Amino acid sequence: MLSNLGNIILFLNALITLSIIYISIQKIKIKDQVVSKNIYQLSLFQSTLIISSFFILVIGFVTSDFSMITVYQNSHTLKPLIYKISGTWGNHEGSLLLWLIILSLFSFLFLVYNKSRPGNFRIYTLIVQNILILGFLFFLLFNSNPFSAISPIPKEGLGLNPILQDPALAIHPPLLYLGFVGSSIYFSAAIASMLANYPGKLFAQSIKNWVLISWWFQTVGILAGSIWAYYELGWGGFWFWDPVENASLLPWFAMTALFHSLLVLEKRNLFYFWVIILCILTFILCVTGTFLVRSGILNSVHTFASDPSRGIYILFFLSFLILSSVFILFKKFQTGNYKINTNSKETYILVNNWFMIFYLITVLLGTIYPIFTEVLTNHKVSVGPPFYNTVIIPIVVLFLIFMSLGPRTKWIKDRFQDFFLLIKLLTGSILVNFFIVIFFKSYSLLSNLIIISSLFLIFSSLLDLISSLKRTNTDFSRVISHLSFGFLILFIGLNHNFSFEKDFNLKVGEKKKIDDYTVEFEDLKLENFKNYKAVVGNFKIDNNKKKLNLSLNPEIRIYQQPSTLTYEASIRTGILKDYYLTMSNIDRSDYYNIKFQKKPFMLWIWVSVILISAGGLVRLFKNENKIS
Amino acid sequence: MKIKLVKYIVVIFFLFVISVFFIGLKKDSIYNTQGLVGQKLTEIRIDHFSEKKIINDEDLKKSKFTLINFWASWCGPCREEHSFLIKLNEEKNLRLIGVNFKDKKNNALKFLNELGNPYDDLAKDELGKHSIGFGIYGIPESILINNNLIIIKKFVGPLNENDLNLIKETINSK
Repeated sequence: MLSNLGNIILFLNALITLSIIYISIQKIKIKDQVVSKNIYQLSLFQSTLIISSFFILVIGFVTSDFSMITVYQNSHTLKPLIYKISGTWGNHEGSLLLWLIILSLFSFLFLVYNKSRPGNFRIYTLIVQNILILGFLFFLLFNSNPFSAISPIPKEGLGLNPILQDPALAIHPPLLYLGFVGSSIYFSAAIASMLANYPGKLFAQSIKNWVLISWWFQTVGILAGSIWAYYELGWGGFWFWDPVENASLLPWFAMTALFHSLLVLEKRNLFYFWVIILCILTFILCVTGTFLVRSGILNSVHTFASDPSRGIYILFFLSFLILSSVFILFKKFQTGNYKINTNSKETYILVNNWFMIFYLITVLLGTIYPIFTEVLTNHKVSVGPPFYNTVIIPIVVLFLIFMSLGPRTKWIKDRFQDFFLLIKLLTGSILVNFFIVIFFKSYSLLSNLIIISSLFLIFSSLLDLISSLKRTNTDFSRVISHLSFGFLILFIGLNHNFSFEKDFNLKVGEKKKIDDYTVEFEDLKLENFKNYKAVVGNFKIDNNKKKLNLSLNPEIRIYQQPSTLTYEASIRTGILKDYYLTMSNIDRSDYYNIKFQKKPFMLWIWVSVILISAGGLVRLFKNENKIS
Repeated sequence: MKIKLVKYIVVIFFLFVISVFFIGLKKDSIYNTQGLVGQKLTEIRIDHFSEKKIINDEDLKKSKFTLINFWASWCGPCREEHSFLIKLNEEKNLRLIGVNFKDKKNNALKFLNELGNPYDDLAKDELGKHSIGFGIYGIPESILINNNLIIIKKFVGPLNENDLNLIKETINSK
């Protein structure tokens, strides 16, 4: 029943999308500049339909309607309601439906929010966006249909992978999709801007909020994923340079570069084609990321069920996107005037962009290098954290220094006025770093540089804040984001250098002394929950020097559907540090393998990222107020 | 002219990347070292655990069969398979080499004192780099080779009763 209804709606949607494209092309042909009422209606109808099809799928999951393959494969009657709902987008088919919702909704909203802009620009945007919608709709219908029926109807579902049953992960995919797919609208607008000859400042204004929105969701989505990895995966880290993580980071670099360049385009009418390239690049990276993740071409810790036919479809679509946008770009490309003063805001923003592109290329290379070596030389290689750490970290030092200098400069031309102030700041940073060294004992030269440069950024952002408070036109968003970025790098640096991790085996009743800490394995309990059983360990952590006494309860969970073991870390989050303990069983032995970690400033890493994203929100609201 | 050339290069670049992706789709991306069975080990160089010498191809050719076992004191399953290694130590046709993987010397010695030392020779791989040459991607892992340095069997994960019997059969059959 639901399955038929869903299919009918999807087909209807394809028809509407085709008619939107048809009507719009007709309008372009007769040079009609007015976006007529029927286009609005069709777009609204399109969004409504796709959202309702999504709700049908949600109902399917909630009522455990196993006549649909997607529900059968990803749900189970015993699953808690919230994970039944989040199961809707926790799988390939459902998440594609979410893609379509965002594509359609953004298409409609862009149409509504740009009423003051020329009709042909809006119509071209609509056409491009609807071609994207059509592409994904066909993919959904003919390859990954969430409403495919199964017969005979199974009595029970296969269940959702237990490690995905987690609150952070329930919101992680929708957030990331809003970022990923949100970038489609400025891809469409960029193509439209070239086709409709709507360049420069006005174009920048039309897309800047959309870039901020997608950037914000991308940032928060990555954060949710990292928090999940930290809590759930049990190795105590939050970023592993895994291909799937990289796939989310690549568009983030491009978006960050983009909204910085947009500032220049809006203020000085420079870098138009560079902005266009970044718009196209962002969305192409999003689709490439989807391709890498969903096709199974890369081996990753994220176990998405993979199917080569999906890969071929996305690759085909990706090639179409790349080649057609490159074709249009070449056709319209003009060399512009790039004469800018070396000591000006424009230059610093360009510098930011070069850094972003550098990071982007590094991460992209690291991610797809294994595919190339395998295809070209038949060697399997794996590019891991050491590559990224050695290439990226030293460059971060330079980046932070430029990031401190940049915001202080003026548009067009600046003079080196406060040179001595900068020297003072730098001296201050070195001094603080010196105290950190004394307090925590020594660490490597590179870490020293990272901490000095992040302190430098923090101090100069603080000065920036103080001086801008005196003026009326305060740019809080920049100050907040830059300051928090400084803190983020500082805390990551401190966390990286002063974490400690000990692995050992214990059985119930035993104690282990590590430095000043004593870890005591007190007892072990078996508990029953609705959809799993858990072996819960009770550990006492003592530290006489610091008068610390806490108990941690890591779990080994045994899920029935599908039958899996998961290891739940027990984490005590504190203002200054986290204690992190995991245990895993050793077959045919009374011993358990224990991993005890102390991780300073974890909370502050999360807080810094939240503040960075808050900076983006402040900018968004300020832009909105300016308009109204 | 110059711009035209750039355009061609860009298009060719993208086509190249896309075709590599296309071919890559058809390859099996799951890392699997079972394919190593039947292959010959070459240029072996592993450091001896306590002495300043290197175990190389010539050393390994001396005995009819060698089981190279990769282990560490921090590895739980290694503790579990240890009793089987001790049983294998009694086999005359088999030389047992333990490669201590990314471990601290003291901890490793403590481990062996506690559970016994089944190895005829003990080697170390502090950084885990040499083990890669043997196709090791996690421990415990063991590979059984003959005096031609051909890998006969590969055991991923802790050895169990079945593996033990299999090894005994293999080394005593000829």
